Amino acid sequence: MTAISVLRIEGLRAAVGGKEILRGIDLEVRSGETHAVMGPNGSGKSTLAHVLMGRPGYEVLAGSVTIDGEELLGRPVDERARAGLFLAFQYPIEVPGVPLAEALREALAASGRRTVDLEEEMAGEAARVGLVASLLDRPLNVDLSGGEKKRNETLQLAILRPRFAVLDELDSGLDVDALRQVARRVEAASNEAEPGLGVIAITHYTRLLEELAPDVVHVMSAGRIVRTGGPELAAELEASGYAVYREAGPDEPEALPAEGDPFADPLA
Amino acid sequence: MPAAALALVDRVGERSGFVLDVGGRIAEADLGEEAEVAGVKLARASGLGIAEGLAGSVRAAFGEDESGDALDDLAEAFSDEPVVVSIPAGVELAHPIVVVHLLALDHDDPVSGPAFFPRLVLELGEASRATVIELAVSGPGAVLVAPATELSVGDGARLSYSSIQQLGRRTWQLGHSWARAGRDAELVSFTASLGGEYARSRTDSILDGPGGAAQLLAAFLGDASQTHDFRTLQEHAAPRTTSDLLFKGAVGGSARSVYSGLIRMRRGSRGANAFQTNRNLVLSEGAHADSVPNLDIQENDVRCSHASAVGPIDAEQRFYLESRGVPTAVAERLILVGFFTELLGRAEPAVRDHVVAQLRGRLHGLTEAGAP
Repeated sequence: MTAISVLRIEGLRAAVGGKEILRGIDLEVRSGETHAVMGPNGSGKSTLAHVLMGRPGYEVLAGSVTIDGEELLGRPVDERARAGLFLAFQYPIEVPGVPLAEALREALAASGRRTVDLEEEMAGEAARVGLVASLLDRPLNVDLSGGEKKRNETLQLAILRPRFAVLDELDSGLDVDALRQVARRVEAASNEAEPGLGVIAITHYTRLLEELAPDVVHVMSAGRIVRTGGPELAAELEASGYAVYREAGPDEPEALPAEGDPFADPLA
Repeated sequence: MPAAALALVDRVGERSGFVLDVGGRIAEADLGEEAEVAGVKLARASGLGIAEGLAGSVRAAFGEDESGDALDDLAEAFSDEPVVVSIPAGVELAHPIVVVHLLALDHDDPVSGPAFFPRLVLELGEASRATVIELAVSGPGAVLVAPATELSVGDGARLSYSSIQQLGRRTWQLGHSWARAGRDAELVSFTASLGGEYARSRTDSILDGPGGAAQLLAAFLGDASQTHDFRTLQEHAAPRTTSDLLFKGAVGGSARSVYSGLIRMRRGSRGANAFQTNRNLVLSEGAHADSVPNLDIQENDVRCSHASAVGPIDAEQRFYLESRGVPTAVAERLILVGFFTELLGRAEPAVRDHVVAQLRGRLHGLTEAGAP
């Protein structure tokens, strides 16, 4: 039996554009656990995802994020990934001219892993998440629909086999069937792999959680986790909404879909 | 032959003809049997009688203002042995004709050196088809190269012309090419500008038959103190003509690039379409790229569009790849090669592979993250 890993977030405070968005987050996820982080728009959920991965433009003010005691904050993004962290983007970035297989091959090679069966594995995972195989030849995320991008994120998660995955609004852009397929795949990684994938599922709605059963549900508001409970908390939120959690706090900047090709023809 | 030339010849594989220019003298000029039988003419001198006449016709198509400058006159005066390729009407060459220029390979004087005026004239008869791939390589010393290229694509003919410039780092290039394409003719012109200290390429094209089409493509990469200077003219002189220009390049170190392009819609070009796109990646603080598009529209019912962009490697794209565990320098190399992928996909496969290999070889250490 492989050892259990722990992702520990302690006293995490972070700012965007000089404005404090995360005001002290504490969260601990162990291998095989699924934690839902819910909250109203502007509560800082997506900021948490970005800060964990190290997205440029987010400033850490205080706190610590470790995997098995190893500090991630302050380290380059790719090292965090190789330490076992994965972020499924809410808006996956288009990278023109770069094939998915090449990106995955470089990522696996950087971790010293085998890539000989990669194409075959990609085809298998594509079938599991319902991604049409011919889309695998496209440059990363280019000309994929919103739903296809989310399936593609899930496929990459499956192939890279991180220890912990942050799913940033994985459900957005997915219809019910697609949601079920990607949730099944994440669940399999969490339940069947040894050790299981630890999941932080960031979502505004409960519909993801109907497919991806959480062990723990956290409610975020104004940059803090204000309540933690079991799956029943999600059901309660479904009934009552977030109104009770809304309080005056810093607004989270709206996450905008990132531009794809920065050189796109402005006249097109 | 130097490695670059051997690699290209190897990638091309079967060919319909081969010309080797060593220091301005034609050392070798061979046609394949198939081309010979089909009546293709390959000449090393103007003695064939077609060179002057043809040169006149291509340049004259542009009118007084655009027919050439002092440098072109110099090139004409000093070019001893123009290479002339003439494809008869209806002939379709199965394989490319390869033209290699080896210029002062042993010359290493950094201050003074020889000047070369390579001249290539291609004439495609009605409904013929040909692919021509040209490569220029020069030595490490100071060299001046002023290539003059004239392309004439007859009615209904198709020419794919690729020019790869891998000149030495102290070579100055002042190149000028003229191309005309007739009724329903198709020209694909691809330029890879990789070497040289200062490399100017002036590319003039005119579509003077209804329905003619041109794809004008270029890829360039500059590092250290290189300068790439592109000047293009897309001239439409007949109805329903189409030109599609895409020039993409990256500059690092203290290199710079300049692109200036003009689309001109002459009277009589109704229904014509012209596209002009120039995109530049600037990889370091010290590098610089300029892009200057221009339009001159003298006719109604025409469509023109131009787009230009200058910017660094996209931070979001890099972040995305890094978030998968791809190291920064590798991510930047992937993005850079990816930047050229669509463009290179429109070049001849052998040329594409050759240029990709050159790019990959040089992209290490060119970005900030990859710097030693």
